[in-house]
Amino acid sequence: MAKVLLEMKNITKTFPGVKALDNVNLKVEEGEIHALVGENGAGKSTLMNVLSGIYPYGTYEGDIIYDGEICKFDKIKDSEEKGIVIIHQELALIPYMTIGENMFLGNERGHKYALDWNETYGKADELLRTVGLKESSRTLIKDIGTGKQQLVEIAKALAKKVRLLILDEPTSSLNETDSQALLDLMLQFKKEGMTSIIISHKLNEVSYVADKITVIRDGSTIETMDKKTDEITEDRIIKGMVGRDLTDRFPKRKDVKIGDVLMEVKDWNVYHPLYTERKVVDNVSMNVRRGEVVGISGLMGAGRTELAMSIFGKSYGTNISGQLFINGKEVHLHNVKEAIDNKLAYVTEDRKGNGLILSNPIKINTTMANLAAVSSHTVIDKDKEYAVAVEYKEKLKTKCPTVEQNVGNLSGGNQQKVLLAKWMFADPDVLILDEPTRGIDVGAKYEIYCIINQLVAEGKSVIMISSELPEVLGMCDRIYVMNEGRMVGELDREEASQEVIMSHILKSSNKGA
Amino acid sequence: MAQEKAVEKKSAAGSRYTKAAKLYFKENLGIILALLVLCVFLAVNPLTNTSFLTQKNVFNVLRQISTNLYLACGMTMVIILGGIDLSVGSIIALSGCVAAGCVSRYNLPLGVALICGVLIGLIVGMFNGWVIAKTTIPPFIVTLATMNIAKGLAYVYTGGSPVRVVTKEWQFVGAGYIGPVPTPVVILVIVLIVTAIIMNKTKLGRHMYAVGGNAQAAEFSGISVAKVKFLVHTYSGIMAGLAGIVLASRMYSGQPTAGDGAEMDAIAAVVVGGTSMAGGSGKIGGTIIGGLIIGVLNNGLNLMNVNSFWQYVVKGCVILLAVYVDYVRNKKSKL
Repeated sequence: MAKVLLEMKNITKTFPGVKALDNVNLKVEEGEIHALVGENGAGKSTLMNVLSGIYPYGTYEGDIIYDGEICKFDKIKDSEEKGIVIIHQELALIPYMTIGENMFLGNERGHKYALDWNETYGKADELLRTVGLKESSRTLIKDIGTGKQQLVEIAKALAKKVRLLILDEPTSSLNETDSQALLDLMLQFKKEGMTSIIISHKLNEVSYVADKITVIRDGSTIETMDKKTDEITEDRIIKGMVGRDLTDRFPKRKDVKIGDVLMEVKDWNVYHPLYTERKVVDNVSMNVRRGEVVGISGLMGAGRTELAMSIFGKSYGTNISGQLFINGKEVHLHNVKEAIDNKLAYVTEDRKGNGLILSNPIKINTTMANLAAVSSHTVIDKDKEYAVAVEYKEKLKTKCPTVEQNVGNLSGGNQQKVLLAKWMFADPDVLILDEPTRGIDVGAKYEIYCIINQLVAEGKSVIMISSELPEVLGMCDRIYVMNEGRMVGELDREEASQEVIMSHILKSSNKGA
Repeated sequence: MAQEKAVEKKSAAGSRYTKAAKLYFKENLGIILALLVLCVFLAVNPLTNTSFLTQKNVFNVLRQISTNLYLACGMTMVIILGGIDLSVGSIIALSGCVAAGCVSRYNLPLGVALICGVLIGLIVGMFNGWVIAKTTIPPFIVTLATMNIAKGLAYVYTGGSPVRVVTKEWQFVGAGYIGPVPTPVVILVIVLIVTAIIMNKTKLGRHMYAVGGNAQAAEFSGISVAKVKFLVHTYSGIMAGLAGIVLASRMYSGQPTAGDGAEMDAIAAVVVGGTSMAGGSGKIGGTIIGGLIIGVLNNGLNLMNVNSFWQYVVKGCVILLAVYVDYVRNKKSKL
């Protein structure tokens, strides 16, 4: 029986008006990987913030017992001194500093005033090798990809002599290869005796790495499952998370008639906006019919987002060539406005970056892409705008007190709904949804799927770009597979499976190499 | 059901104005209180109690702040975009000189001269907007450059000495009255109403906040970010041109030194009024209070015969204090 490293007992944390945590218990044994799962807003991050001292001792009730003693952390530094390190979902790296500088930020090597750069970079290089990175520690952070940045964060944690590593949604922005590498790294650390807590939405990952799984719902612990003694199935976890049986994770579409081709792309080529000799989309042809959900599957960097954005009024890339047909007529779109006027909509994967204005209320975000519909001449009718926002809030079941609320205060799933509302209000015929369920929880995902079904039932077409294969397989009538900028496969619903899609990708990669 | 909704909508529209007023007080409570404290202090202070609350002095204060508030109207929009306009002070000089020159050198009618002055502002503003919209050069740099260019042109045009205008009509815009109210104050009211309508009621206004809040998201929503930037900077230029002719009229001359440092007073009014330098948020209502605070303060210090060198120090402290109070309030409302 391993020793208990961390025990959180009856933790209760109240914010004004909300009980975020209600008697939560968590017990982590030394040397195990413990997964914390739950819907967005269930309280996982709050619990970890209590643990790390972001919410100092005294602002919550209950005890944290770490390594046999009761801890009273006042600030993050206190918990880090004990070897508890959290890696947050949003990476905390500074782009214009080197890997080495980032790694020892706030933990600098050297004497009191003078920094010892040899030691910094020497040690940094050593730590980079342990996490499997070959980069020099003098590389700037901005020059490496997100996957590698995540590994740098872990190396940074190692530099702090970590005993309990907490990863908050570590793979949410990684592709499958990088995610796998990260999970394997966790398993390797476990062999070396490190204890970790992983917070994740991706159940397949959780069941792959975790020894124990604790489910949190609405601020309370539901149950803790042990891989050794319990039989853990995804269904059981989901049931715990959402509090009901999800017999089908993908809602059925009822009798949607698939009509004529609504949008068609022929011989589409796009070059990178900065490195103009690099081709990012290579001779792609595809089409989508009325009432159809078409998936574009592929690894990250396959050129899917670039394809979608270049179609959407040339908002990405240079030297775009090819033909675009809408309703059988060729159109030339020069900017986003023209794309919207031709009834296209692109729902971005980056809702915080280029989808929503977080500092503005829901109603303003909802009407942003189609202000003309709520204004006469150039003056906005605010009553109408309010009514529209409320209508879409109810239609999409967005959880918020009022539509006056700033979007930045909503959870990821609800932000995604506001983003969808914005584009549904623009009344498009073709919606391109780029990673529509990234970083949102199971319950909200189901609701988004229902919205997609509703859209095609109204005779619209949906193109869904997604890195999650089960989602593509569950939702799409037809699936295109993209790799390295080319279309490498087109599959019907019946013939598609995870294996078939992956083999298309792998085969085409071999050819390219 | 539909009827119920309609009724609801009507009552919502009726109470919206009281609601808006309440919201206005709530949002600007800190600076409104500061302004009230300042006014009460000046009204009871033995040094100023006889002079401060007279009709003459009140109009005097309003006349003094009017040019600053013209600038601040444009500046509020520019800062909401996340930018800044440093060129407005120099535009005052250039437009004032050109307008005065039109009358005294070329014997053009007054109306044409005034329009020429405003046009100068429009042209410089359009140039700012064009460069800022077409390139990624920061607004700070672009307007820093046009600030020097406009100032330089004003000196070149005048040879460094004021362009005097001796006609009587010339004073009307800056020093005249419409009824009992000074002309600049009447212009101010019109400018404020126009600005408030643009910012709160029109698509352009909404687009401004969107571009300042998240330019990429705005672009991806079909908003032409370049067009918004161009229009906003043009507006700021027009406001500066307007301030230029009003000042030149008040001083009987176009002076190349006019408007020195005026951009800083305008920025101060905007920032004290609660507009975030980061862009995306801010209201013209706040800017009005901000401008009033600075104007009343200047006036009070003069009435109290405070040494003009010390006036700068006091003004700086008050600006810092007003913004600090705002910061504390925001921090509280976030918790």
